[in-house]
Amino acid sequence: MRALLIRDLTLALRAGGGFGLGLAFFLIVTVLVPFSVGPQAELLQVIAPGVLWLGALLACLLSLDRLLALDFEDGTLDLLVTAPLPLEAALSVKALAHWLTTGLPLVLAAPVLGVLLNLAPPGYLWLVASLALGTPALSVIGCFGAALTVAIKRGGLLLSLLVLPLYVPTLIFGAEVARRGAGGQEVTTPLLMLAGITCAVIALMPFASAAVLRMGLR
Amino acid sequence: MGYPSAMMLRTDNLTLARGGVPVLTGLSLALAPGQALILRGPNGAGKTTLLRSIAGLQPPLAGRIEGAQDRIAYAAHADGLKAMLSVTENLTFWARVFGHTDITPALDAFDLHGLADRLAGTLSAGQKRRLGLARLLVTGRPVWVLDEPTVSLDTGAVALFAEALRAHLRQGGSALIATHIDLRIEAQVLDITPFRATSATRAGASDEAFL
Repeated sequence: MRALLIRDLTLALRAGGGFGLGLAFFLIVTVLVPFSVGPQAELLQVIAPGVLWLGALLACLLSLDRLLALDFEDGTLDLLVTAPLPLEAALSVKALAHWLTTGLPLVLAAPVLGVLLNLAPPGYLWLVASLALGTPALSVIGCFGAALTVAIKRGGLLLSLLVLPLYVPTLIFGAEVARRGAGGQEVTTPLLMLAGITCAVIALMPFASAAVLRMGLR
Repeated sequence: MGYPSAMMLRTDNLTLARGGVPVLTGLSLALAPGQALILRGPNGAGKTTLLRSIAGLQPPLAGRIEGAQDRIAYAAHADGLKAMLSVTENLTFWARVFGHTDITPALDAFDLHGLADRLAGTLSAGQKRRLGLARLLVTGRPVWVLDEPTVSLDTGAVALFAEALRAHLRQGGSALIATHIDLRIEAQVLDITPFRATSATRAGASDEAFL
């Protein structure tokens, strides 16, 4: 399992690996929003948590179709299925590698970009906390979508359509944590819901992903 | 070094489908340790389907496969190589996935030492194939299931492969190979053409999950 994680991280960091794609997209979205909305600091402050969460979610979505497609094309997936590593574990590791190369940089970049959107000072902590709790769920759910569509040529659009509804609960509760945090309100309820969703998908989703992948590889 | 378990690979009355259409039916074969079995048959006869089923990538419509679980090293047309990793990194990755660390014998057997630090993406087709076959050695699995292993190899590389295969068989391994060239090894030959599925078996058989 360590070998797979190290390989995926190495591949992401080498040329053409796609590391930074999501981060660059997140950067572009949050930098452009103030230009399109106009110079109203109060308005920006209101929409900042939502825009940051939406940007992070779309940035995550952007790199999903590479998650398994490259391994499918060069035959690695076929060979991984015949390897001693359970497919559920292999897919969990791939989702973890995806989070480390996509989700984690977004979490770390979010407070910096929050400045551009005039995020209220108490909101920074809760923005980072909600993203740190929520983005792993995005990677794991995305891994399921990638497994479902990997055998389909140009399955990227289908992948987005299938995954987006599954992202909605995470988006709602994640943005709610950030919004309430920025407004200085109580955050416990949405935070617990967000953590619960993430724990549940991490525990259950790999089994679904492995099942649909086995079907897709037939 | 030898392989611990002396299990037979056996298939019993297999019916296999490709894309929902049965291609092979009533196929039984047995492969003892130390043996190689060459599959022959025209294009589309079902060689790849048979090998994929034995490797566990697709379930048979009917029949059983015994002695294949966790003993197979599978090599098909795609070698599972990453263009941006070096030869050593590619091999080390597969060795570690299968719980091994030593890749030197594999580099020796396929004469890859001179290429060890090259990125796999810069290799020629034949060199990639050699690397793909070297992967078999680092798995430590006793049953090799090979689909056209000699594609794009030159005669020297074919000889290297045949030598590696002979060494594998001497250690008590076995191999199931779909190939059209003569590897000059002692092997049984199985022509799968007679097992071709007829329209009678095709009626009512479907592996579509959601139909």
